[in-house]
Amino acid sequence: MALLQINQLTKAFGGVQALGGVDFHIDEGTIVSVIGPNGAGKTSFFNVISGLFPPDSGEILFDGDNLAHHQPNEITRRGIARTFQNVRLFPNLTVLENVMVGQHCRTKEGMWGTILQTKAQREEEKRIEENAKEVLSFFGSRLAGYRYDQPAFVLSYANRRRLEIARAMATEPRLLLLDEPTAGMNPRETVELTELIGELRDERGLTVVVIEHDMKVVEHVSDRVVVLDHGVKIAEGDYESVSTNDDVIEAYLGRPAEAG
Amino acid sequence: MTTTTSPSKTSRRFRFNWVDSFLWFIRVSALIAIVIGIVGSVQLFLEGEGPTAEQWRDLVISGLSTGFMYGLIALGYSMVYGVLGFINFAHGEVFMSGLMVSLIAATLMFENGFWDANPTLALLIVLSISMLVSTLVAVLAERIAYRPLRGAPRLIPLITSIGVSFFLQYAFAGIFGVATRSYPPAPGNLGNDVEFLGIAIEGTKLLVVGVALISMVGLWWFVAKTKTGRAMRAVAEDKEIAGLMGINVDRTIVTTFAVGGAMAGVAGLLWALLFRAVDFLTGFLPGIKAFTAAVLGGIGNLPGAMLGGVLLGLFENVGPLLVLNGLGIPAVSQLKDAVAFAALVLVLVFRPTGLLGERLGSEDRA
Amino acid sequence: MIDLKRVRTFGLIAGGTLSFVAAIGMVESFNERTLINPGITMGLLLILGIAAVFGYIVAAGKPNPLVETARDSRSGGIAGGLTGAIAGVVTSLFVLFVDTFDVSEFFPNMREPLVEAMTFELGVPVGLLVLTAVVTATAAAGGAFHGMSDSFRAGMSRALGWVVAFALFELVVSEILDFADPLVDLIYAPRGGLQPWAAVIIGALAWWLSTRYKGRGEAFTERVKDSEAGSRLRRSVILFGVAAVIILPMIVGGVVNELLITSGLFILMGLGLNIVVGLAGLLDLGYVAFFAVGAYGTAILTSPSSPAFAPGLSWWIALPIVMVLAAIAGLFVGTPVIRMRGDYLAIVTLGFGEIVRILLLSDWLTPIFGGAQGITRIPGIPVPGAGTISGTDPQLFIYFTFMFVLLAAYISYRAQNSRIGRSWAAMREDEDVAEAIGISTVQAKLLAFVTGAVIASFAGALFSAKVGTVFTNSFDVLVSIIILVVVIVGGMGSIRGVVVGALVLIGILGGPKSPGLLAEFSEFKLLIYGALLVYMMLKRPEGLLPSVRRSRELHGEDLTQDAWLDKGGDFTGDSAEEEATT
Repeated sequence: MALLQINQLTKAFGGVQALGGVDFHIDEGTIVSVIGPNGAGKTSFFNVISGLFPPDSGEILFDGDNLAHHQPNEITRRGIARTFQNVRLFPNLTVLENVMVGQHCRTKEGMWGTILQTKAQREEEKRIEENAKEVLSFFGSRLAGYRYDQPAFVLSYANRRRLEIARAMATEPRLLLLDEPTAGMNPRETVELTELIGELRDERGLTVVVIEHDMKVVEHVSDRVVVLDHGVKIAEGDYESVSTNDDVIEAYLGRPAEAG
Repeated sequence: MTTTTSPSKTSRRFRFNWVDSFLWFIRVSALIAIVIGIVGSVQLFLEGEGPTAEQWRDLVISGLSTGFMYGLIALGYSMVYGVLGFINFAHGEVFMSGLMVSLIAATLMFENGFWDANPTLALLIVLSISMLVSTLVAVLAERIAYRPLRGAPRLIPLITSIGVSFFLQYAFAGIFGVATRSYPPAPGNLGNDVEFLGIAIEGTKLLVVGVALISMVGLWWFVAKTKTGRAMRAVAEDKEIAGLMGINVDRTIVTTFAVGGAMAGVAGLLWALLFRAVDFLTGFLPGIKAFTAAVLGGIGNLPGAMLGGVLLGLFENVGPLLVLNGLGIPAVSQLKDAVAFAALVLVLVFRPTGLLGERLGSEDRA
Repeated sequence: MIDLKRVRTFGLIAGGTLSFVAAIGMVESFNERTLINPGITMGLLLILGIAAVFGYIVAAGKPNPLVETARDSRSGGIAGGLTGAIAGVVTSLFVLFVDTFDVSEFFPNMREPLVEAMTFELGVPVGLLVLTAVVTATAAAGGAFHGMSDSFRAGMSRALGWVVAFALFELVVSEILDFADPLVDLIYAPRGGLQPWAAVIIGALAWWLSTRYKGRGEAFTERVKDSEAGSRLRRSVILFGVAAVIILPMIVGGVVNELLITSGLFILMGLGLNIVVGLAGLLDLGYVAFFAVGAYGTAILTSPSSPAFAPGLSWWIALPIVMVLAAIAGLFVGTPVIRMRGDYLAIVTLGFGEIVRILLLSDWLTPIFGGAQGITRIPGIPVPGAGTISGTDPQLFIYFTFMFVLLAAYISYRAQNSRIGRSWAAMREDEDVAEAIGISTVQAKLLAFVTGAVIASFAGALFSAKVGTVFTNSFDVLVSIIILVVVIVGGMGSIRGVVVGALVLIGILGGPKSPGLLAEFSEFKLLIYGALLVYMMLKRPEGLLPSVRRSRELHGEDLTQDAWLDKGGDFTGDSAEEEATT
């Protein structure tokens, strides 16, 4: 069975049909890229899955449970984490704190434990910190050492993107939704991140959905590619078949008649 | 008080429903209380107890006239909120300052007889002083306290405006003293009853409604039809882009404050005619109520502000007797302000975007 | 170079300020307090202080981080003097106006006493010239001061500071030096005010000490800051602090203890509100409602004369019940506002606060809460072996206040640096994202409301036991706003800040109903609070003693600039790293 199975998902904003009945599925341990021209509904697709907007209709079956109309924090707790297209960190928290916050839904100590400084609470705090450091070590030395205590806003753009991924990883997800992870990165950083996305699957066993514009990245990481246009899935398959699909070319370049 | 993240699905679902069900509980119990109260009051009325039909009519009339005044103050909140996205907590004090200063002119004119000899001219003088002072105070507050904070985190300007409000209150207390003063009675034969649609209404109340309506129409025309009004709406949509389009953003914002201040000045005159008593705290409650009115009608929405004002005026004048009296609560007139605040809470629970919906800009409203 | 435009602007502002403080009667009422015997009154200090500050500001010029401002005492003095001259003339014109026209019908303070106070009782023509001369000279001195050498500035400001402190806080000094009564009688004049020679000695001593031990204080603070958590140095500092806190109430008298208790109650409420506003970012303007729950709850449960229900419990049994009630109240207020955005939340909580007060006062609920009569005869806190301690015994009561302040500070500290504190911080920064990474913002908000409410209920329970009666007028909006001012002046999110903020504001200037150490301020404190709120938001939004996180947030822009510079370094580091990897 697919880890995430989406059936006939629709969402409209006012008169604009952002998602017009999308079917989608992803198997555990695979990477699926979602591509499509600007305004195709890719980010809306993520927003609906992660619960930021409730869908108008349709099912979001994650591991067999329908998550439509759940609160975002509940969805994250079930194991779907995401990043944002326009990097949204907590800029004034430190790098380490940003990631530690991600552990929130995997920990449970409340006010009493905190006030009384119970053993469980102290151990949990220690565990949160260790886990956060472990997640950050995924990015080598870039976000480690002296970086821990720097506020997130001093980071370079690429590091912010990395930190956002680290924060999402800290929620210990099964499914990771990455919204244009390489946007704004230089070619070298892009190559590096592409490899990291592969490692997320191969070493960490995560299932990943990527929205991406950079076709080289898509080609490199994807097990399967899904193409959206005007809120409708117009093609899916491996990179080869999708990239030669007439509908896809048309969606990106326009109809020959219009072009001419 | 302990946070737990129990893994079972049911408890999670239950917790979210808990907030929603609490809100539904508030909604439903408020509705039930209101219905029971009204039924009780109607019963009292039919039994010939409680207020008489005439008293009810008078309550409605005072409600309408107070409501129009709230509406005028609410316009200032609404416009500033629409353009800058923050609640100018000091707006009530803008209203109070015009009222206080114009009191001097009114008293002087009253003492030398001009007040009753030339009622129209006297009122116009008082009106223009009140408008001028309120406008000045609003613009100064913007220049000194709010302008440097544009782009600061949302709560910062709000906290600043609380400070401005306090400062103005106690500056006026220091200069004018803390004693309550009274405005001279309505000049000429304004205080007498006038036949209007077959009902005898006090002339001042009729004047209040008239002035409020004229101001409202004038303001609507200003925002909808003039170049400055268009600039205002553009700035409300997006300050940066408006600036790029060649609109002088600073000047437009100042204009917004000025117009809001002027409306508060008009409201000052109406207050003087309706209630006559003035002190340095006069602005506080009307300010909060006018804000409630603005929210009630949908903040940023100018006709909404007026509608909200009128409804709030009716609620607080008629509500205590209509609902609370019917519930058997004694001395309901003491609870007038509580009714107004409860209305605010209920509006935000029932319909957070107000009756007519929010308008003007939609920037950083999240 | 003298910036004449700046001189003109600030001269007019200074003149306006002086006229304003005169018009509200501040100079007159400050004149009743003699600082240095004879003649130097607090009113004079006010005039001189305003003149000196404006002279200094003009001489300092516009702050420009790129150019070090030239410091030259001569041109500074001239600029200051010119500013003072303008200010003096403006003020004189105002005094002349008051002297000539009778406007006291509308402006009660603008009458003869004002003219007398402003002309030093010398009459109009002469006094005004003296006033102008004095203001000009002081402003010139202020301007010149800016250009002086650092050591002179340090010595002078210490000397002046200590003299003024000794003069202003005569009460505290004489209480602390109670054992050395003759010395107190020697340095203070019988009718109050320092003896001139004592002022000179104190000033000289302060100056000498400041040059003798220059920089030692800072160095010591640095050392303590750098020392490790469990080190001996730090332990002894903490021990010293604790000892001071325990001993202080014993050596100062009832009045000061009374002020400390009042400040303590505000520290408590400040700490509670700090959790809601400073940590969770929810602007609650009806916070006083929880204080009222604590106070009325305790009153009803402990007072034998509670109107409807008088179980007459002991304070210690009432306390946990009151805490639970406050927690429920926190949930009750918190739940409807949970989905509202920040500014609506502020007004709605304000509305809740007012509803509570109106209901407590109403005839409807008088049978339960006593209406305008309030609830009286609330017993104090029973202590085995020491009887019942209430406000009549401030020297003992203060220890309860300390205890709860410590508890609240501890709770805040723990919460702040834990999973819960991080979730509040995340929510404050970006609610949507906090929700998206798995934080239940509903829970986090309610938890903040409830914790804040419980801490306020401590303050309420203490207040009831201290005062013995509760009336509704102790719970109006003013209190909420003043707590907010305490938190903001101290520093949002900062525990030390709240403590210092409450001590300075409530202890010295005075709380909503009670005068502070400087009783002369009580008429004007709310005006000052308002001005302070605006000033802090404009110039120092992070407060006096900021929390690290908050000051980052509020100075985001400046820091981003630094970050940009920093990024230059970072970038090279990054690419060097990359070179190594490729």
